Amino acid sequence: MMKQTKAPYFFIAPAVILFLIFTAYPIIASLYLSFHQKEDGAYTFAGLSNYTRLLNDSIFWTALSNTFIIFILQVPLMLMLAIILASVLNSQLLKLKALFRVSFFLPAVTSLVAYSLLFSIMMQNNGLFNELLGYIGIDGIPWLSDSVWAKFSIVMAMTWRWVGYNMIIFLAGLQNIPEEMYEAAAIDGAGKIRQFFSITVPSLKPIILFAGILSTIGTLQLFDEPFNLTGGGPGNSTMTLGLYIYENGFEYFDFSYGSAVAYVVVVLVAILSYGQFKFTGDKS
Amino acid sequence: MRQSTTKRFLGKLGMYTLLTIFLIISVFPFYWMLVGSTNPSDKMISSPPTLTFGGQFMENLVNLNNTVGIWRVMFNSLFVAGLYVVIALIVSTAAAYAFAKFQFKGRNTIFIIMILSMMIPYQATIIPLFQMMSAYGLLDTYFALIAPQLCYPFAIFLMRQNFLAFPDSLLESARLDGAHEFKIFTKIVLPSMKPALAATSIFLFMYQWNNFMWPLVAIRTEEMYTFPVALSTLNGVSYTDYGQMMMGISLATIPIIIVFLILQKHFISGMLGSAVK
Repeated sequence: MMKQTKAPYFFIAPAVILFLIFTAYPIIASLYLSFHQKEDGAYTFAGLSNYTRLLNDSIFWTALSNTFIIFILQVPLMLMLAIILASVLNSQLLKLKALFRVSFFLPAVTSLVAYSLLFSIMMQNNGLFNELLGYIGIDGIPWLSDSVWAKFSIVMAMTWRWVGYNMIIFLAGLQNIPEEMYEAAAIDGAGKIRQFFSITVPSLKPIILFAGILSTIGTLQLFDEPFNLTGGGPGNSTMTLGLYIYENGFEYFDFSYGSAVAYVVVVLVAILSYGQFKFTGDKS
Repeated sequence: MRQSTTKRFLGKLGMYTLLTIFLIISVFPFYWMLVGSTNPSDKMISSPPTLTFGGQFMENLVNLNNTVGIWRVMFNSLFVAGLYVVIALIVSTAAAYAFAKFQFKGRNTIFIIMILSMMIPYQATIIPLFQMMSAYGLLDTYFALIAPQLCYPFAIFLMRQNFLAFPDSLLESARLDGAHEFKIFTKIVLPSMKPALAATSIFLFMYQWNNFMWPLVAIRTEEMYTFPVALSTLNGVSYTDYGQMMMGISLATIPIIIVFLILQKHFISGMLGSAVK
């Protein structure tokens, strides 16, 4: 009996120790840093000064609004495409299901750096995208050199990378919806589109929430794509909060200020996740 | 009657057209990546666009190797990701088993804290991690690259879901037979977990193989470069050799695609299993 009460502690001990050192401690330490300032080599308490500095920092506000613009365009677009593809793939009649599923998922195994660089080549002014668009009579689009297009380019690239991943998550959810529900709806005269909105979407609600929160966390930390695809430019038009944390921490070595920006992201993730819980409006 | 058959045919046609368009969008960049690795740099931004393989494969490989030492990069990436998967898998599997199959004080609290920590952006930990590694002289070591994410809460979550489905009665009868807890875990429980272990391994491998921001901060010298960091340095300020870059992207991407294609059944079913409930 004694053994039984001790065993679980041995099983979790390595995870807990690693968690305390490499996750819990850094989370608390960066909160501490954000309230301190380095003076003559030592950190002294600085109250809210790092946070008040944010208020007057125009690059911070640019980064915040860029992150939001990308978030608001990208997450709904990606989730919508993912739901549509998942429900088409879930159709009983479809052949080659496995081929489509694997192909759509393929972008999700590439590294964020690799696909960002690949897109950066395709999106050059005389790159592949513009050459192909030229065939259908569309003139060169300044994918990476215009401040509005650059944001859209990031949204496009991210959508390519993540749609399949989310599609798989939705497919899992769709498999739990009994086929009879669709049959009953069809007998009542509901078309495919009606069925999609009155059965598929409501049944997937908890999973949409799950995928939505995962994407929120991912998008608010956006770093690899702006770093490699646009370099934050042109100007600061694709500067994101993630990139700004990196710049402050590891280009200017202002750890305190970088930590303050990081905690803004922490608070935003908390608020937006809570908001999505409220919005979808139920438990689980 | 005839009208409804036509309608169904059109519906099907629409469905396959949509899927085929998305299939091309998903797969074409990979093809073009391979095309790029066999062509000279200027062919990547040429008019008309280059859509077929060229004869520059070896040149690009040699140039890339001269620029970043690509075999060393390949070794670093494989070594770091491989060792990471082994240790992280042991750590998270053991913890997940305890969370799923034991009653003990603090179980729910610890589990919830770990799960909630997934919501804290990685970037909030990176500055103190850097200071920590720097204080102990551990920057630019394999240890620095591997250690920080060894406790990966998502892996614990994934494994726990699978352990929950394991029947308690089997554990109890083994205990009645006097089997040691550790033996029960390794000899009875783990052998039935192979698909879950495979899925979790791929997750961990992909995470480490693709990890960028932390290695970018923790690596100081070229000898320690992993793929993402090495690739990112190819993106020059004034001149970028696209042939080299495409070769690098291909070398970083092909291994993980092969692993994925071999294990995709486990992987997709592992994901399909984890997302629900």
